[in-house]
Amino acid sequence: MSNRPELLAPPEIFYDDSEARKYTSSSRIIDIQARLSERALELLALPVDGIPRLLLDIGCGSGLSGETLTENGHQWIGLDVSQSMLNIALEREVEGDLLLGDMGQGLALRPGIIDGAISISAVQWLCNADKSSHEPRLRLKAFFGSLYRCLARGARAVFQVYPENIAQRELILRSAMHAGFAGGVVIDYPHSAKSRKEYLVLTCGPPSLSTAVPRGKGEDGESCSEDENSEENQMVCISDRNRPKKKQKITRKGKGRDWIFKKKEQLRRKGNAVPPDTRYTGRKRKARF
Amino acid sequence: MRLFTHNMLSSNIKGVANGFPLRIEVDQVVEKQVDFHPDFLRNMFPKLEWKALVDAARTMGYTELPEEADSSMLESEEFLRKLHHALLELHLEEGALVCPETGRKFPVNKGIPNMLLHEDEV
Repeated sequence: MSNRPELLAPPEIFYDDSEARKYTSSSRIIDIQARLSERALELLALPVDGIPRLLLDIGCGSGLSGETLTENGHQWIGLDVSQSMLNIALEREVEGDLLLGDMGQGLALRPGIIDGAISISAVQWLCNADKSSHEPRLRLKAFFGSLYRCLARGARAVFQVYPENIAQRELILRSAMHAGFAGGVVIDYPHSAKSRKEYLVLTCGPPSLSTAVPRGKGEDGESCSEDENSEENQMVCISDRNRPKKKQKITRKGKGRDWIFKKKEQLRRKGNAVPPDTRYTGRKRKARF
Repeated sequence: MRLFTHNMLSSNIKGVANGFPLRIEVDQVVEKQVDFHPDFLRNMFPKLEWKALVDAARTMGYTELPEEADSSMLESEEFLRKLHHALLELHLEEGALVCPETGRKFPVNKGIPNMLLHEDEV
């Protein structure tokens, strides 16, 4: 049984009242979401001039990612397909405006107005056909097409995604390229199974210097984060602890001629019958044996 | 829903050529205090459809906005305050948005417009 929520039910049904509350009351999820949206905002590379921007949060859910945007002083519009999640967002009194909508039906926004878009763990839902009328390719096309239209020229869109397999990643990326976006995938911590995160960084408009894809974190093997690093250092190395003592002492080279002479001398002193020491003692057999 | 979101929204029903602006049907309006950011307003101003904003504000019962506006008016603090109030402090809590071409209603409940389309509208 898979633990991917995408395979259990459509988003508007999976995130019902109880699941939405569970999602938002878990401090671990809140922490992860905050870190993901912080990184997405960093990848968005908005100019640092302190002017609040108008951002779009696609799949905003209960507004966890929007909170990061508010903390950084931006105005945002959030879109989600689950009414229960939006109800929780209302309870939490998020600052942004909320819309109930399906991104696969296209965004109902005027062209060229949004300064940037982020989406945390949402776009992979589009790859599923939950109704008979759903066709993932067309839904992705409608989504990326409408997103391209409503973004200002030169604006960026950053999606953190969990594609199920390579085919899904290709499908998402290809739809984005067809819509006219430039960009690619940034992978943070590619060597770690647990903290590996994929971000789709897309730029609106023709390719230029500013559309170059930034580098992922931890690509050259640096550690994932400070707290995880310290955890690793405290851990006992299990392979060392369980290795039998006898094996630990033996070096790969073997025991050597001197050791054999010493042992034979000991046995002789005990009075045992020991073969005499010759030039053949402790010598390796030839290959033909 | 605030008026700046209304100013961004358009109807995306299949076959609708001009889905902007959505007409507002008001059942309940609430006002919430928001911090004043002149820079944000200056940044937003060129993107706004001024006429749509003035009409929307009128429907919500706020008539202080001038009929015409240009970027030179952004210098005056008084104008910015009015714009700030109309854009960010007026919330449409209950009501509906109506597509100008088809007359399709998008209900607004608890401040959240329901923009979900039926299958035949996609």
